[in-house]
Parts: sequence; structure tokens; C-alpha cells
Amino acid sequence: MNWEVVIGLEIHTQLSTKSKLFSGAAVGFGAEPNTQTTLVDLGMPGALPVFNKEALRMAVMFGHAINAEIGMSSVFARKNYFYPDLPKGYQTSQMDHPIVGKGYLDVMLEDGTTSRVGITRAHLEEDAGKSLHEDFQGMTGIDLNRSSTPLLEIVSEPDIRSAKEAVAYVKMIHSIVTYLGICDGNMAEGSMRCDINLSLRPKGQKEYGTRTEIKNVNSFRFIEKAIYTEIERQADILEDGGRIIQETRLYDPEKNETRSMRSKEDANDYRYFPCPDLLPVVLTQEYVDGIKATLPELPSQKAARFQSEHGLSEYDANVLSSSRAMADFFETANTIVADAKLTANWVMGELSKLLNQEQLEIENAPVSAKAFGELLVRIKDNTINGKTAKDVLQAIWNGEGSADEIIEAKGLKQVTDTGAIEAMIQTILDANAAQVEQYRAADEDKQKKMIGFFVGQVMKASQGKANPGLVNPILTKMLKG
Amino acid sequence: MSIDKQDVQKIAHLARLALTEADADQYQHSLSSVLSLVEQMQSVDTDGVEPLSNPLEMTQRLREDIVTEENRRDAFLANAPQTEAGLFLVPKVID
Repeated sequence: MNWEVVIGLEIHTQLSTKSKLFSGAAVGFGAEPNTQTTLVDLGMPGALPVFNKEALRMAVMFGHAINAEIGMSSVFARKNYFYPDLPKGYQTSQMDHPIVGKGYLDVMLEDGTTSRVGITRAHLEEDAGKSLHEDFQGMTGIDLNRSSTPLLEIVSEPDIRSAKEAVAYVKMIHSIVTYLGICDGNMAEGSMRCDINLSLRPKGQKEYGTRTEIKNVNSFRFIEKAIYTEIERQADILEDGGRIIQETRLYDPEKNETRSMRSKEDANDYRYFPCPDLLPVVLTQEYVDGIKATLPELPSQKAARFQSEHGLSEYDANVLSSSRAMADFFETANTIVADAKLTANWVMGELSKLLNQEQLEIENAPVSAKAFGELLVRIKDNTINGKTAKDVLQAIWNGEGSADEIIEAKGLKQVTDTGAIEAMIQTILDANAAQVEQYRAADEDKQKKMIGFFVGQVMKASQGKANPGLVNPILTKMLKG
Repeated sequence: MSIDKQDVQKIAHLARLALTEADADQYQHSLSSVLSLVEQMQSVDTDGVEPLSNPLEMTQRLREDIVTEENRRDAFLANAPQTEAGLFLVPKVID
């Protein structure tokens, strides 16, 4: 059977506010347990929530970035369930009137095609605390630091049709929220978590199959792997004539499998109702428009500009604009180099390679965009060749100084003096008389192959500093005799 | 409108309340009469009436994004029956 996969994603992004959604406690990862809590976060009777202005601004900003309708009057609702890390007995969320309504994103796939993914809504809600199941006298430990941390839950339409498309969509959301500065995007610390709704249907069928929900996947790679393994599991069941049970599952990266979370039959009876402690949030058009005016250039706009302004290919423009830090690095370096293609190649090539090796993000690179640009200028003006430049980049990376200082100190300047090159070549020809004889006796095709030997000798003698663009024609001429 | 005993037990379970048989009988009766009142209200023609999510004619006040609260962990933990390493301890939950 030929199956079509149908995927919808719910992405929880933690908003980078200083204080909590409904209280004045600090927000932060890694603090001592229960040191960032208040009476509101603990769910103490009589403690009333007050809504954080900044969380509202961030949500509206996101709405603009995905071309969405903004909820001019949004309402908080209580989602009721019992769990020890939620002492109030309900999560304050939004149901019928979310802050961000219908929108969409155009997602660029690896093969260069674009697909539009609809976004159903994005709503504000508070996070719960954390349960620690290590052995505390046979009990569970509760840390409520995360309680009431602001989340924006972004719900997509079931528009996604492959694991690759899902990852491309999540990467795009990641890039937008980090561009907007509303989320730090740190997936390892849980700042972005993804729930995957997935079902299969025979190709061509209109109705959706029964779906499962894979909870809390927190890396791009795991999202892709979880989807592949869940597709396989569902296809196996369906092909054996079985039925999919609608349930919540967990992805286990170590075993690369999803497994059922034991959940009570009525676990999903949340009995939403409007929160009586919070009044409707009413926005003015002036406020909403004012935020729109503060939107920074978004990744897709930047990519388009990189193509039109710098003449970059679509692929290069997309890679460079995927992170704001990388895009800024590229642009700053290129103001010095003034050769966008050269700068793009080196940012995406050698610099990215070093960053990967050291597992660093570009914002933490030990080479500044300015220092990087100064290095590329020396390639552009033929002071050094590309091979030497790699060594110089490594030296800048190691803190040995600026490009010019390193080139000077190590004597790496390319030899561009034709007289010097001629003299060098003459020495080599004299020392290899036999090879020169053979070369002169050979036909043209063979000569082309044989010249590599002489080029190699020249580069060796010059310690890589001879300008290859000059060596080749001079050598050919001198070999003719 | 009336609800049966099973509904009452389910609602009680969702609220984590233990009901005796006698309690359940009484709640079945009183909840049913609340629902009858709701039913009566639902018969009112509300065409053209804006749904109301809060009876106060006011909108939500906003708070500046400033950390105003200090760490009061010791005071909070003092109320808990059992604590360890700065954590509240609760009966083991497995889910």
C-alpha cells in the first residue's frame, strides 16, 4: 500500500521575558529549585495573576510575522487537570479567543520547492513546574521554578506531508522567533518543544486516518527520526490489517522508537472555561499597528534581499539568512570585503566547518566579522591564496592576531613578482633535466598531464606562496624552451 | 435535564473527590436541578447578543515585565509536609 503521511505540529516556544506570565518572579533556566516562585505560581488561595505586558507584545509580534489575524479581544481560559507540578489544578491558557489567529508560513524545502503550511492559531499559556522522579525517600520531588513561565503555543494545520517538511517548518519557526528576539531558541534547555500529530492514509484518500500524538520532542534531528519511526510503526499495523489507537506517545531517542504513555481514559477531559481571575485582553488598532512597525527584517525578506542586493544564489541566501547572527556576520564581513560570493563561500565553508568542529554557535566564534572580513580582503587582493588563508583563519581563531599580523609574522605573502617566480622555475627545470626532456618529447595531451609535476615542485619550493595564477602560464612558456 | 449516578462519579473523579453512595445520591439531585436552571436559561433567545467572558465591564490590566519578587523558598517550603534538597515532596507519580 502506498501511504500518505499527514502531520500537524504544536510548537511550544518559551518567551524571553524577564518575569513570569502572571507573576513578578524571575524566569531563568538552571536556578536552584523553587527559588523563582511566588504565591501565584504556587497556586496559593487568593493569589491573583496579573498579565505580563511584554508577553503580550511578543505574541502580537509573532502574529505579524506569520501574517496572522490578531485577536483584538482575547480571553484566558482554565484547562483543568491534576498533576503535582501544577498546584492550582488548572493551567491558564487560551481556548476560543487566542491572541493570534489564522496565519501561514511558506516553507522552503531542500529541493528548492516551497510549500505553504497553515497556522491555525498561537495562544499564550503558562508552563507547569517540573517533577523529578529520582529517588527522594520513594517520593517525587517538585520544582516550581518553571511554573507560570510564558509559552506561546503555535499550532499548525495538518498540512505537512513529510518528515523533511516538518523539520523545515520547525526550523523556520525557530528562525523567526529568534529573529524577533521573543525566544532564545535553545532547544536543549526546553525553550522550544514540539508535539507531533501524525496519521497515515492511503494515497488519494480524502479522510484522515486515526492519529497519534508524540509529545515533547526537543531537537530537529529527533523530530525527523521520531516521524520516520512512527510512520513505520503505523504502516506496519495498518498493513497487518490492524487499527491505530488514538493516544499520546513518547519518543525514546536511545532506542529510536515511540511508545505509548500510559494515560487514563479521561485524561483529556480538560473542562475549559473562561478564567474568572483574568479579564479579557482588549487591544487597540493603534497598539497592534505600532508593534507591526517594529518588526525586524524577517528571514525570508533577508534571503530575498541577499539575492537582489548581493547577487547570491537562492540556496546561499537561505542558508545565510536562517540565523540572524549568521546573516549579521555575513553582512558585517562583506562591508569590508565587498565580494558577496567570496564572503558567502567562506562563511558557509571554512568558518562553518570550524564552528562545527568546536560545536560553537556563530555568535560565540572567536573570530569577529571584522577580522574575518580583513582576512578575505587578502584573498581578494591576491596577497595570499585560499590554501594559506585557511591556515591564517585557524591562527586568527587561536588568537594569534589579525590577518595582516599573521601573514607578516609567518611570511605567508604570496610571491607575485614574476621575476622571482621565473628564477624559481629555472632552478627546478635545471634540477629536473630528464623530466624536461620527456616533457618536450611528449604530445600535447601528455604534456597537460605532466605539467602537474612541475607545478607541484614550484609550490613546494615556494612553500605554497607562489601565486598559482602566475606560475602556470610562466611555467608553460619556459617548458617550451 | 438530569444526570445519572455515573456522571456524578465521573465528575467527582475528575475533581479528585471521594463520594459516598449517600453523597452521590444527593449530588445527583442537586446537580440536576442546577442543570435544569441552565436549560431554562438556554431557552432565552440570545441572537445578536455578544458572548460575555467576564461580567465586569473592564479589560485586563497589564503588568510591566519587571522582577518584583524575591526568593522566599524557605517560607514556602515551611508549609509543606515533606521537603528535600529544596523540593516539595509528593507521593510518587508515574506517568
